[in-house]
Amino acid sequence: MDLLRWGRSPWGEWVLTHVSWSLFWASLFAGVLFFVAHASYMLFSAHRKRGAAETDALEAAHKNLPPKIERHSLAARLFHWVMAASMFVLLFTAFLPVVGIKFAWVQWHWMAGLVLAASIVFHIIHASFWLDFWSIWVGPKDIPELKAELLREFGHDVPGPKSGKYPLGNRLYHLAIVFAGLGVVITGMFMMVRVRTPLFVRNPYILRDTTWGLTYVTHGLAGVGLVGLVIAHVYFAVRPEKWWITKSMIFGWITRRHYLEHHEPSRWPVGGDERRNAKPAGQARVLRKSQKSSIRASTPSRRRTSSCSPTPPRVSPPIRTATPAGKPASTCTAATPR
Amino acid sequence: MAVIRDVMPVFELFQPVSIDDAIKLLDRHGTDAWVLAGGLDSMDWLEDRIKRPKVVVDLSQIKELKGVREANGGVEIGAMTPLTEVVRNPIVREKFSLLMEAAELVASPQIRNVGTIGGNVSQDTRCWYYRGGWTCYRAGGNICYADTPTALNREHAIFDADRCVAVNPSDTAPALIALDARMVIRGPKGERTVDAEDYFIGPGIDITRMTVLEPNELLTTIRIPSTMAGAQFYFEKVRDRQVWDFPLVNVASAIVYSGGRIDRARLVVNAVAAKPRRLKAVEASVIGKPRNEETADMAGTLAVEGAQTLRHNGYKVPLMRNLVKRAIRGAGTWTS
Repeated sequence: MDLLRWGRSPWGEWVLTHVSWSLFWASLFAGVLFFVAHASYMLFSAHRKRGAAETDALEAAHKNLPPKIERHSLAARLFHWVMAASMFVLLFTAFLPVVGIKFAWVQWHWMAGLVLAASIVFHIIHASFWLDFWSIWVGPKDIPELKAELLREFGHDVPGPKSGKYPLGNRLYHLAIVFAGLGVVITGMFMMVRVRTPLFVRNPYILRDTTWGLTYVTHGLAGVGLVGLVIAHVYFAVRPEKWWITKSMIFGWITRRHYLEHHEPSRWPVGGDERRNAKPAGQARVLRKSQKSSIRASTPSRRRTSSCSPTPPRVSPPIRTATPAGKPASTCTAATPR
Repeated sequence: MAVIRDVMPVFELFQPVSIDDAIKLLDRHGTDAWVLAGGLDSMDWLEDRIKRPKVVVDLSQIKELKGVREANGGVEIGAMTPLTEVVRNPIVREKFSLLMEAAELVASPQIRNVGTIGGNVSQDTRCWYYRGGWTCYRAGGNICYADTPTALNREHAIFDADRCVAVNPSDTAPALIALDARMVIRGPKGERTVDAEDYFIGPGIDITRMTVLEPNELLTTIRIPSTMAGAQFYFEKVRDRQVWDFPLVNVASAIVYSGGRIDRARLVVNAVAAKPRRLKAVEASVIGKPRNEETADMAGTLAVEGAQTLRHNGYKVPLMRNLVKRAIRGAGTWTS
């Protein structure tokens, strides 16, 4: 099975032209296989989540937190859904003809591509200036969290760190989407000069045949990769235990209980500078106007490795991390370097 | 590249004697199979070694695919009927002279003796970049060599180019659409019928094909209903060499004219897009109007709206406008 397709240039050179559509079927199969495997695992595994009693205790200790906590601003939610809609249009227009549903897809495809590109530009600016830019990224600093999460998945009760604003899975997915999304958008922009649009003067000769081949192959690889990624994303969005995250992308907030159950308050403190911290839903304006100076002063240092180190007072009190025996191990939050 | 002539690559030849057998063969071999009708388009591809099918299914032995029969006031033409037979058939000459005129202008007498009507409507495009074996969009690549700043594109499309700018070169196709013909297609799942207009597809739908035929399907019959029988017909083809050439632009019209007004009209132009272009807006605009210069002018202007020319095919716009005007005036019926 050839994974890439080749053609002869007018100069007799063999150049790449496309990816084989076999890769689309492979990506589709991988996506479906993943959700079947994960769903089976979730049915039969000893997946460990924070117990109800433990969460009850946390709630009792954090009564000062509001019942609803803002997780996604309106702008962030609008970006997400615009991007999702354009992504679906792009995938359907790209791959429905491959599976035999023929229609004039090119115009729809490049128009949806422009919407996606504009939404990504908006997101980069929005995340850079209005959100905590680094909270979604993943790197070597997250290895302790990765180890803890993996151990929890295999049924161990470990005291390792919990997530900040975004669970580790979200951050890894974001990384994959960044590579695949930028791959299709950047190559797609170049490919638009090969079709007739009112935006660009058509000129197929702005790149060499070899470079065009690589552009098409990159576009194709990123595109078929997105098929699997989108299947995985939709799968997690509809899983019952993830509805609280999905709902937060619709309504913007999560409950205090979900916040305490799934997040490390020291890594995502409620209240404070809205660029770094979660805030009670509906209180954003109040915080912005009346508490700005004091909240900024109380923001935990981004480089802090532990809440045991001298820090200014926080809006939320430190949480006791339970040991497997159920005894308090420390009054420190086990925040990892960020 | 197209340099080796007269030495075809090796293939396995099948000569079925029934449609069912042919379809079984096509279904078995799928995209590895090549359908051979009159062979005039096929031989170019095979001798140039640009298409290299493993299997060739020759339809020449299937008698049920040949002949012209009267049916329900109209006519049924087997897809393997030679063009000469179509031209000479008395029913076609009497009721559907538009098709007779179009078929008579295809290529040369020798070619019309061998070439079939099914082959003529299903033939591939003549774009020389594509036929030269370059890996263009239509050949599965990612570029149209005919739509570049330096391309030779005098014969190419002025409408509906979607990455590929090749045109449909058939003369009988616009006539069949003007006559409201239906194409009967047989495949492993049975028979289906499509309007002649929908038989052709543009690059936006499928850039590698000219018709809706799947690899395991055959065009078996062309049915022309009595709808436009005896209407006023007009066919004109403009080509570089009057004795033998593909059209630069051709036009076919069937107009029912009564009481000094156009009652019904079907106008089709070919060689301006990847599929024959039916001018529905023009048809609607001329209903109820007399066949005079004013109507013809209006129709010609409307017909070329939206045309997008390439570097060397700008002449097709006035050419098409004038052909449409002449089709509306009609031979000998210009009254103003």
